[in-house]
Amino acid sequence: MRELRVTPIKNGTVIDHIPAGMALKVLKILRIGDAVASTVTVAMHVPSRAMGWKDIVKVEDRELGVREVEKIALIAPTATVNVIRNYNVAEKRRVTLPDRAVGILRCANPNCITNAREPVDTEFVVKSKAPLRVFCKYCDRELEDVAAHIV
Amino acid sequence: MSSFRGRDVLSIREFSRADIERVLRAARKMVPIALGKKVSRSLEGKILGTLFYEPSTRTRLSFESAMIRLGGRALGFSGAEGTSVQKGESLADTIRMVEAYSDGIVLRHPQEGAARLAAEFSEKPVINAGDGAGQHPTQTLLDLYTIWDEKGGIEGRNVALVGDLKYGRTVHSLAYALAELGATLAFVSPPTLEMPREIVEHVKERGLAVRMTHHLEEVIHDADVLYVTRIQKERFPDPQEYEKVAGTYRIDTALLRDAKRDLIIMHPLPRITEIAPEVDRTRHALYFKQAFNGVPVRMALLDLVLGGGE
Repeated sequence: MRELRVTPIKNGTVIDHIPAGMALKVLKILRIGDAVASTVTVAMHVPSRAMGWKDIVKVEDRELGVREVEKIALIAPTATVNVIRNYNVAEKRRVTLPDRAVGILRCANPNCITNAREPVDTEFVVKSKAPLRVFCKYCDRELEDVAAHIV
Repeated sequence: MSSFRGRDVLSIREFSRADIERVLRAARKMVPIALGKKVSRSLEGKILGTLFYEPSTRTRLSFESAMIRLGGRALGFSGAEGTSVQKGESLADTIRMVEAYSDGIVLRHPQEGAARLAAEFSEKPVINAGDGAGQHPTQTLLDLYTIWDEKGGIEGRNVALVGDLKYGRTVHSLAYALAELGATLAFVSPPTLEMPREIVEHVKERGLAVRMTHHLEEVIHDADVLYVTRIQKERFPDPQEYEKVAGTYRIDTALLRDAKRDLIIMHPLPRITEIAPEVDRTRHALYFKQAFNGVPVRMALLDLVLGGGE
């Protein structure tokens, strides 16, 4: 019998096909830290037919919001998000990066008006998805380290 | 060509070639009015809000002069002291208030992206008069106007941009626009202050030749325009680095002996030592005329945006 590394979950979300090494960043996006109410399972460096190696994150009793999925798309564009209800895959979708990333990134330019407590969401124009290149709509600067600026 | 009425003027990159040429032609018609030789009432009854969060003598006065010359009026502040801004009011709230008092807003702000944010909170048109190290489209338009007016056009003219090409915002916008209009460009700077790569690439993508050099002597003989910028001390974290490059280029009459007879020298001002005072008396010196051109160019823009010019 094949040993299951990760057991199926009853309700929640499985984020699969995360590029190897990015699982901890996904946890950060989902704000999984001290105050977690449900079980979270992380598998890192798992063999994958399609990708060679991948990471997997399973979060029980939680479904993700649109912005959370967009944030994951920024760092793990290959990821799939499976919504599990009563042990069945109720929804299966690939994350997609929008043409404009609204309210999910912080501008690295300290002198950008979006860092000045003005009542606006940040907005970045996605000029290229692979390699990922995003530019602040307000100050026009390119955001260099995208993963480090996810809000 | 898009309509100008009610349009925000935030970045020169949002201007097509046809848009730019339209402003230049309109500006030429404004010159007699700017000189006080003709009278215009085209913006009578209109109010321009001029919000200068940091002082700027030339830009503010030329906007106000432009508005008054067209029969309109300007109100606003220069420096945030004594205003609600100092009490911590957000830019968004200030804009919503001023929008109610005026027909259009001119904004100078120390932070990048401020004008775009202001435009989102205002139904009335917003004109960017400089946002931090970001955009300053009316400066670019007046620079283009000066070249166009003096040289009879821009396409094919040899324009050399000289000095701090890395941090100087005016030269970035100007390089974009000159490429849009088909000028032949040369970038002359110290090795540490070269034009950013993306701008050089943009120029090349437009199929234009661009020369990059550290030596002014290499371009002086065939340049039609020398656009000189100040190397700004405040951009250098290390004063020693500044001392290394300060004074790299100094335009004087000796250098100009190799220049074309009709070379024009431009500078956004204030200048420090980049252009020797002796050059002021030569036919090449255009920088004071360039500063004057700010008025007819801003008149043309205000007229197009606030109503009468369509």
